[in-house]
Amino acid sequence: MTETSIETPPRQDGIQGVVDDWSSDQRTFKNVSWGKSMMWIFLLSDTFIFGCFLLSYMTARSSTQVDWPNASEVFSLHIGHTNFPLLLIAIMTFVLISSSGTMVLAVNYAYRRNRKMAAMFMLVTAVLGACFVGMQAFEWSKLIAEGVRPWGNPMGAQQFGASFFMITGFHGTHVSIGVIFLFIMARKTWRGDFDSGRPGYFTSRKSDYESIEIMGLYWHFVDLVWVFIFAFFYLW
Amino acid sequence: MASSATHTANPDVHLGDGHQQHPLRVYFVVWGWLFILSACSYAVDFVGFQGYLRWSLILIFMALKAGLIMAVFMHMKWERLALVYAIVLPPVAVLVFVAIMAIESEYTFLTRALFFGAAQ
Repeated sequence: MTETSIETPPRQDGIQGVVDDWSSDQRTFKNVSWGKSMMWIFLLSDTFIFGCFLLSYMTARSSTQVDWPNASEVFSLHIGHTNFPLLLIAIMTFVLISSSGTMVLAVNYAYRRNRKMAAMFMLVTAVLGACFVGMQAFEWSKLIAEGVRPWGNPMGAQQFGASFFMITGFHGTHVSIGVIFLFIMARKTWRGDFDSGRPGYFTSRKSDYESIEIMGLYWHFVDLVWVFIFAFFYLW
Repeated sequence: MASSATHTANPDVHLGDGHQQHPLRVYFVVWGWLFILSACSYAVDFVGFQGYLRWSLILIFMALKAGLIMAVFMHMKWERLALVYAIVLPPVAVLVFVAIMAIESEYTFLTRALFFGAAQ
């Protein structure tokens, strides 16, 4: 009885593993699906976009002769007689971090094939995201009412408005798109599409619970961008 | 197939499709830390640090939060190094760009001061 078997050495970790993966045949990212790889590459491109926006904000702020508006004052909330600097921003950060946590739980339940819990946590994530966008919209309307425009504002350097609306606008749009997709994915999960492998609207491929993890990557990226915006724009 | 070093209670579950599942504890610990670090970031403004100390603290807390989100929530800690490097190394180019523009904006600031007169 002869048995032919091809002995392949186990895949190495570390730098040798990197070299092996990149120099190998066919696929570099061997244990990662196309969907996940492509989402990561999309997030990389989005990193460049937001990185360049923050970079141009830095350039504008560093090169202007006029003082930049004080973020603590501009973004403060007046409740009653007390002035709370950056309160709304702190709440928004809290909301987004919470939503990241619920997303992680959704992914975890999805891989356990508990579709009710997964769908529920995705809905909670979406609602938290929608709250975030609502608060950002409120922030926008408050600043616009106070006279902040892309071309000038009464508080300081003229470039403040353009930087603020561009950066938070793009981020808010990303969050909104995420919320919409979360609702779509929650419905698919609830309906049992991932259990049955029912293909999505635009594809003939079978659905898989991994789609929820991929959705999670996008959502965590949105949270990640907010970490940077919070640090560089509101706190700095 | 390397198991994470941060938790010892339950072993990692490896599902057939190559996906690793980790006990929830890791995620809750990281979630807690994200809240703490956010509070610390906010405290930097609340306490009113200024200058280099302010900026250093802002950057440190930001980097810690970003690192935790990427490594644990986005699962990078358990991915193969080839994927990690493919994502983490290109943004170094953005950092180089930041350095260039920091120098450039300093120059613009000085030429504006020279050409347009002293700042108000």
